[in-house]
Amino acid sequence: MPELNQEPETPMSSATAPRKMSRRNMLMIFGIALNAVAGVLFAVPVVGYIFGPARRKEMKKELAWITLGPLTQFPEGQTRLATYRNPFVRPWDGDTGNIPCWVRRISADKLQVFAINCAHLGCPVRWYPQSGLFMCPCHGGAYYADGSRASGPPPRGLFEYDYKLEAGQLWIKAGQVPTLASPPSQACADQPKRCACA
Amino acid sequence: MRLTKDLAEWFDHRLQLGQPIKEAMQHPVPRRTASWAYVFGSASLTVMILQFVTGICLAFVYVPSAGQAWTSLQVLNHQQAFGWFIRALHGWGSNFMVALVLIHMVQVFLFGAYKYPRELTWIVGVFLLLMTLGMAFTGQVLRFDQDAYWGLGIGASVMGRVPLIGTPLVHAMLGGPIIAGETLSRFFAIHVFIVPGMLIAFVGVHVLMVLKLGVNEWPMPGRIVKRSTYLKEYHDLTHKDGVPFVPDAFRKDFVFSGIIILVLVFCAAFFGPFGPTGQPDPTIVQTVPRPDYFFLWGFAGLALLPPNLETILLLVGPVIGIGFLIALPLISGTGEKSWRRRPLAVLTALVIIISLAALTQLGTYAPWSPVMDAWSSAPVPPKLLAGRSALERQGAVVFQAKQCRNCHALGGEGGQRGPALDTVATRLTGDQLIRQVLQGRGNMPAYGKNLSPAETTALVAFLKSLHPPNQAPAQDASLVSVASPQTSAGAGKP
Repeated sequence: MPELNQEPETPMSSATAPRKMSRRNMLMIFGIALNAVAGVLFAVPVVGYIFGPARRKEMKKELAWITLGPLTQFPEGQTRLATYRNPFVRPWDGDTGNIPCWVRRISADKLQVFAINCAHLGCPVRWYPQSGLFMCPCHGGAYYADGSRASGPPPRGLFEYDYKLEAGQLWIKAGQVPTLASPPSQACADQPKRCACA
Repeated sequence: MRLTKDLAEWFDHRLQLGQPIKEAMQHPVPRRTASWAYVFGSASLTVMILQFVTGICLAFVYVPSAGQAWTSLQVLNHQQAFGWFIRALHGWGSNFMVALVLIHMVQVFLFGAYKYPRELTWIVGVFLLLMTLGMAFTGQVLRFDQDAYWGLGIGASVMGRVPLIGTPLVHAMLGGPIIAGETLSRFFAIHVFIVPGMLIAFVGVHVLMVLKLGVNEWPMPGRIVKRSTYLKEYHDLTHKDGVPFVPDAFRKDFVFSGIIILVLVFCAAFFGPFGPTGQPDPTIVQTVPRPDYFFLWGFAGLALLPPNLETILLLVGPVIGIGFLIALPLISGTGEKSWRRRPLAVLTALVIIISLAALTQLGTYAPWSPVMDAWSSAPVPPKLLAGRSALERQGAVVFQAKQCRNCHALGGEGGQRGPALDTVATRLTGDQLIRQVLQGRGNMPAYGKNLSPAETTALVAFLKSLHPPNQAPAQDASLVSVASPQTSAGAGKP
């Protein structure tokens, strides 16, 4: 087969070679610098775009007060499932923007609002009023009525939301999936008595 | 006929691919590698290509939107012509691919094929394994149902355990503060563009290295790999006693791939597609999320790890495991290849395989999870109620009503979180039962606050009746020590 892909040999006089090479070198160095700048200008927005949701400014916005409805829905001495539309949603989120939580009304103005997510690995805990336990279907975690850990692998009690009562409505501060790194309420630190996880 | 030949020559004159392809096909391989043990790599490649085809087909209809993905899967399953079959092929193909890649890896490990000069081929292969598992996981997310939703929740919770950067990691993974539209879009991009692109590149390098370095010879005990002599020995082996890859070795690859495709088509047609389970609505809390088959071992591990070590093992374990796989050819790149002379290697492989198999088996029935509806769905076996007093029967009602059954089995039905209680009276006395129920111990929560004294009395009366007729219930030794053995044996219920 004929070798077609070989460049024809260019005759080059030995006198002119070094000067030409250095000019080519310059061009190459210029090319490297140019492409490095272009690459950075290209890459920074791309990385910023991909990791945008993790920027501190974005994450600060993600807790907001949201109502769970009139307090009369939650009779004293009972624990009931409540759902709310997450304060930060996209139009195409569908059902995933509806978040459940457990509301335990202890007395007239004393409540606990628990995240649905098990403190172990986030599965949905289910309330059993008869035995007064929250049970997790995934890895066998169980919690008492006040959210404190009863048994199984969870490293702490159920996550709690901060709440307030305004004009007969129950409000909670929510907006992001609760994890060990970002529990929805920091109340444990300053109000250990009210909090199961203390 | 002449026209075809002319046409072929016209193209080849311009493409110049004929010669390299011919060389690649006819490169000599050691005679004994034309073996059924060497067919798993090529079969993995075959299934990967099928996955690309069926995956692209699914993308024709599937909608990667949190609000509509589940509905589009229903359309695929029930309305689109052959939609169910393409989904089944893709789902079963995923299982087949993970299985074949794992078998291929075990074979390569046992045959010492990762040793000099094929270290990099192995390392690239480790990344291919990770990508395959990554595809399996992200694919499970795209089947956007309840299992997918809560599986993402588990992923987020694992990320949330990373120190310092836990929260940003969770948000980067979910594409926002909660599992929602952007989460699915993210996983769609990863599953459809990023990982497949990387797979093509890595598989290309992997196969290129197999061609350049040659297929690993059949390991013979005593044939030691040395960096100074191996290349010459291999060259001699292939050139003096070698066979051309096509057709001698290729025949078996070809037949095996055909068998795999047939079995895959059969499984898809016979067993159908996987799911989707219920719609991904987190407010439906009546759900029992489970991962796909190939992640059951991880699911089991997460339930069984000691809680105080969990975070460390969860975050450091994979790093050590993957690090070890990558370092393996660099640590033992020379020496004996035959499994007959590598007992530790065989033992390691066996321990890992058996552990994963045992964890997977446990994962299929998850004895650590309460059976969430056992209290209302599994009746107390009649023989445990026959001849019981009214109080004891009332105790059985309490036993069911207080969800004891969710963790404790009777007559083989119920949870396995706690021990089965069919014969609990032979193990615990009445006082011990009361203490255990009210205060809890070990993994059992305390029920003191949720049982009235009357309920406790009835429940313990029922539990005290749970012993075989021919076996006496447990008794407090300090109280019966003075009585004769006959009397104490007779004290139990007949």
